[in-house]
Amino acid sequence: MQPNDLDRIARQIRLRDLQAVFEAGAGHIGGEMSAIDILTALYFRVLRIWPDQPKHPDRDRFVLSKGHVALALYVTLAKRGFIPEEEVATFLKPHSRLNGHPNCNKVPGVETNTGPLGHGLPVSVGMAKAAKLTGAAYRTYVLTGDGEMQEGSNWEAIASAAQFGLDNLTLIIDHNRFQQGASLKDTNNLAPFPPKLAAFGWDVTEINGNAMDEIVPALEKRGSRPHCIVAHTNKGHGISFMQDKVDWHHKVPNAEQYKIAVAELSEAL
Amino acid sequence: MNAVTPSPKLHDCRDAFVAVLERLGADNPRIVAVCNDSVGSSKLGGFKSKWPERLVNVGIAEQALVGVGAGLANGGLLPFVCGAACFLTGRSLEQIKADIAYSNANVKLIGISSGMAYGELGPTHHSIEDFAWTRVLPNLPVVAPCDSIETAAAVEWAATYDGPVFLRLSRVGVPDLLPAGHKFELGKANLLRDGDAITLIANGTVTHRMVKAAAILAEQGIEARVLNMATVRPIDVEAVVAAARETGAILTAEEHSTFGGLGSAIAEVVVAEAPVPMKILGVPGIFAPTGSAEFLLDEFGMSPAGIAEAAIDLIARKSSRT
Repeated sequence: MQPNDLDRIARQIRLRDLQAVFEAGAGHIGGEMSAIDILTALYFRVLRIWPDQPKHPDRDRFVLSKGHVALALYVTLAKRGFIPEEEVATFLKPHSRLNGHPNCNKVPGVETNTGPLGHGLPVSVGMAKAAKLTGAAYRTYVLTGDGEMQEGSNWEAIASAAQFGLDNLTLIIDHNRFQQGASLKDTNNLAPFPPKLAAFGWDVTEINGNAMDEIVPALEKRGSRPHCIVAHTNKGHGISFMQDKVDWHHKVPNAEQYKIAVAELSEAL
Repeated sequence: MNAVTPSPKLHDCRDAFVAVLERLGADNPRIVAVCNDSVGSSKLGGFKSKWPERLVNVGIAEQALVGVGAGLANGGLLPFVCGAACFLTGRSLEQIKADIAYSNANVKLIGISSGMAYGELGPTHHSIEDFAWTRVLPNLPVVAPCDSIETAAAVEWAATYDGPVFLRLSRVGVPDLLPAGHKFELGKANLLRDGDAITLIANGTVTHRMVKAAAILAEQGIEARVLNMATVRPIDVEAVVAAARETGAILTAEEHSTFGGLGSAIAEVVVAEAPVPMKILGVPGIFAPTGSAEFLLDEFGMSPAGIAEAAIDLIARKSSRT
């Protein structure tokens, strides 16, 4: 699938995500919009997966470490055929298997339970190490938030990945520059990320994480060391009034805002 | 029944653990050991020399220890994640909750040197909170074997059980109590001595002290039932209710805080199903003073004589109620 087609799918996913947030009255829309291009590239181009066999041993692993943007993953999984598309409407409803953070024992395609930050990367290191030990050809991809990198557990895992020589592991940092309460810069500014990852022995690629023609080659890059993609993204990407506004971490649009956002996202469909 | 007699020889249960792990590892290449620079204290040297590539050492990094274990299981391996119980459960509790229990990852968590095994090193190294921390987590059986025979049987069982397990081991020498060839059954207590005056329930390093206390009581004409209850979760409701109904009083003892451990788990059943007088022996909600595990267990009333004394007091409470 080519970048143009992926862009179209990403817009459809954004629109469905927006609608679900509006209907559920909750979600983490800012970080969902920043990450959706990366999710789209993974699920519709890069990952070797079989939606009808979600536990296939040779599947590539994807871990959504920033589990609070579960809705974006659910919409993507639905569009890719892992769960029925109509099920997205149950998001956050009583007894729905689609709660605010993904559950691997309920939702096909989810690899491990995330929610508390700083969990996905250590687990992904284990997945990649398992492939090394068994000779499996699958690759492991993990998406973290940039604020999430403040969790110390990530740096334990970064060191381990380098020590184990995990050239089959790709970490994508969704660098949208905002965390829940404020900008990264005003909180605990780990940026710039590239020299830090490089110092631990990782290959690093910096890209515009909302540009498909940069995302795809970065995800498909192969090297001899663990690979970190620092994806410069915009929180709320695609919806003008949400973009780069910390309030939209988990704010819900009102009816008027919803209409504007739908119109903006529908433009290029 | 005949009461069990503790063996004269004491065993470090880590030896039984690694013997079984290496035996199973020879037939099952999926078995890997994961550790946090704890090759020596987990006695994984033999495993490492046989299969160096299957010993995954994450270094001094317990969050990665548990997370990496979950990922290895996702990749089709059978990880035994080994570390000092105090760090494995305390430092990594959220990883145990989210990555292991909630994700239902097929990972065996092996807490080494639990309880007060690190005695003189002090409360930072004591693991007397781990039953309380782990037994509230769904999907996670919590097991503390009482001797080398039960340790071997529990490791064998854990390797075939499809799901996470927390196995709490010590390094303090204990006599063998259970018969050779004993099979471990999750959630089933073992009757070590029968009696009707009171029931003594313990696990881990304290069970043999209960057996010895029962012998002291027998010399005074008091017949105590003794149960070894390795499984803290799921608790053996049937054995607890029978003990309450048939003996009228329950004394528990454990190398753990009196808050939230084996005694608490038993009390939850007793209160709901068959209220009788109970006493819980353990570390009484304090940071323990300096001393070896054996010294501290005695200090906290868990010498055989101390246990016998507590049993006699409890039996008196039982008769004062009637």
